[in-house]
Amino acid sequence: MDNRYVTPAAYKKSYMAFIAIGVLTLILGFVFLNPFAGAHGDNVNSTRFWAGLLQNSTYFLMIVNVALFFIVISTLAMGGWQIAFRRVNEAIASLVPIMAVLTFIILLCIILGNRSDIYHWLDKEAVAHDELLNHKKGFLNSWVFLGFSFVVLFLWSYIGKKINKLSLESDEMGPMDFDTAKKWTAKNMTWSAYYIVLYLLSVASILPWLWLMSIDPHWYSTMYSWYTFASTFVAGIALMTLFVVYFKNQGQLEFVNKEHLQDLGKFMFAFSIFWTYLWFDQFMLIWYGNIPEETVYFKPRLQGMYKGIFYLNLIINFVAPFLIFMKAAAKRNYTIVTFVSIIIIFGHWIDFYQMVMPGTVYNNPHLSWFEFGIALGFVGIIMWGVSRFASRTPMTAMNNPFLKESIIHHV
Amino acid sequence: MIKSFVVGTFEDEKVLFPAVKHVRKAGLKLHDVYTPYPVHGLDKAMGLRETSLHTAGFIYGLMGTMIAIGGMGWIFAVDWPLNFGGKPHFPLPAYIPITFELTVLLSGVGMVLTYCYLNQMMPGVKKHHFSPRATDDAFIMVIELTGKSNEEEIKKFLADNGAIEINTQVAEEGWWFGRYDREQTLYRSDEVLA
Repeated sequence: MDNRYVTPAAYKKSYMAFIAIGVLTLILGFVFLNPFAGAHGDNVNSTRFWAGLLQNSTYFLMIVNVALFFIVISTLAMGGWQIAFRRVNEAIASLVPIMAVLTFIILLCIILGNRSDIYHWLDKEAVAHDELLNHKKGFLNSWVFLGFSFVVLFLWSYIGKKINKLSLESDEMGPMDFDTAKKWTAKNMTWSAYYIVLYLLSVASILPWLWLMSIDPHWYSTMYSWYTFASTFVAGIALMTLFVVYFKNQGQLEFVNKEHLQDLGKFMFAFSIFWTYLWFDQFMLIWYGNIPEETVYFKPRLQGMYKGIFYLNLIINFVAPFLIFMKAAAKRNYTIVTFVSIIIIFGHWIDFYQMVMPGTVYNNPHLSWFEFGIALGFVGIIMWGVSRFASRTPMTAMNNPFLKESIIHHV
Repeated sequence: MIKSFVVGTFEDEKVLFPAVKHVRKAGLKLHDVYTPYPVHGLDKAMGLRETSLHTAGFIYGLMGTMIAIGGMGWIFAVDWPLNFGGKPHFPLPAYIPITFELTVLLSGVGMVLTYCYLNQMMPGVKKHHFSPRATDDAFIMVIELTGKSNEEEIKKFLADNGAIEINTQVAEEGWWFGRYDREQTLYRSDEVLA
């Protein structure tokens, strides 16, 4: 097949521009936001710098990782319908190691720089006088934080690499007979099974506790990790959909049609509702219980400076996808799907913003050049990584044993 | 209303699809196609319009939402305001679970009933079976005989398109409880034994 993807010049230019904006923002941040001013004192700009980096890096790492998670769950469930665009997922998943390194560097800076304005539990003196934090010391400390993050990020990258390698091998193997296909699928499933256990231990439980929930170390919510998972899962599906539409426009993905698009739309629709369900569970129980140590989390969000973002979050992530995607025809329309995907990615970025900021910069929220600049930088990196993968690999996994199922997929 | 139908039996999906398309092209009135399992794409081939069941579901759901919010709002805020732990008289978050349940309940039950009405089915309703093989291994295409159509022509047409068994049946259309097709038995053991 000669139909290889070549990165168009305009695409190249735009991701270069995005990355340049990101780097420029970072430099300007170093100059104007005074990131090394230390955690103590009233230097809100310094906190804003690290909080912005934390929000963006964790968010984009997690939504990129969803592509890998999606491959894994559909492999384990023997979901054949997504094979037609599985390479798109692999292209996005190829960014996991890169994003993992960036995120880990940022986390390392925050921990080693002893930024107790981001993670209050880093302040040893405060912990010593704080009975609650003293009890949590065995879990909330630098060693557990960095060690667990490192192990998880390494294993994500490693297993992702293995799964990707298996998929690329199938290109050289030629059409598989039954026994080869069986063996190949079994190998895929083994790695996927390892990954899904890891995922349960990371995104679905411990990682959000460490990275995000420990920003408010006195407060806890048992819904938090699932909430984070739902948030990133919808955004990850939206990201996949955007690239599926993009590659389809570029003349790739010959087997993808509106049936696949509709199913991706269904995923976004369903998991937007799932996200809302978890959001509401967390909110309603705390609101109804009305216990001060729990409501402290929602106080700044519901009544303080973050009121606008709080409601925007709900409208953009629930009302918009719910009403727009309700009709089947909307899920089969490329323009509408692209529009909603962009809305969802932005909306859950806002969601992460309101998870990180109220506990770090308190009553001085900024949502301007620094936050958007860094986000654009990460978008640029994702665009670069996907096109890098796509220009090296055929975008349809021709020898996958489930390919036929994907071609005849009919909703 | 009593009508006559020409019934053609097909044994292969691949033969059925072109036949369905030809029937529509020839301008015959396709009554329905009965299959043992849902056949993907058959609804499009038959030219059925998209179902409006989901629109009905949306309206029922909206009704549920309004009944729940309106009902609770009227009871707890207007008619008999009570103080529940210092909460406002119209505590929207506390109403959401009940609103959600009522929305799902009304849209679910409403859609099931609408579905039954649209298909003219209900527990206890007897329907005419054009061929018992439709529940087993064959695809049954039923063409309605109207004033304009000729029975012999249709039979020939079906035979040309690969139907293996063709007959004419007279059946009553509609929705009747119990009294309709009382004598019909789908499966008779003596028939098989003989």
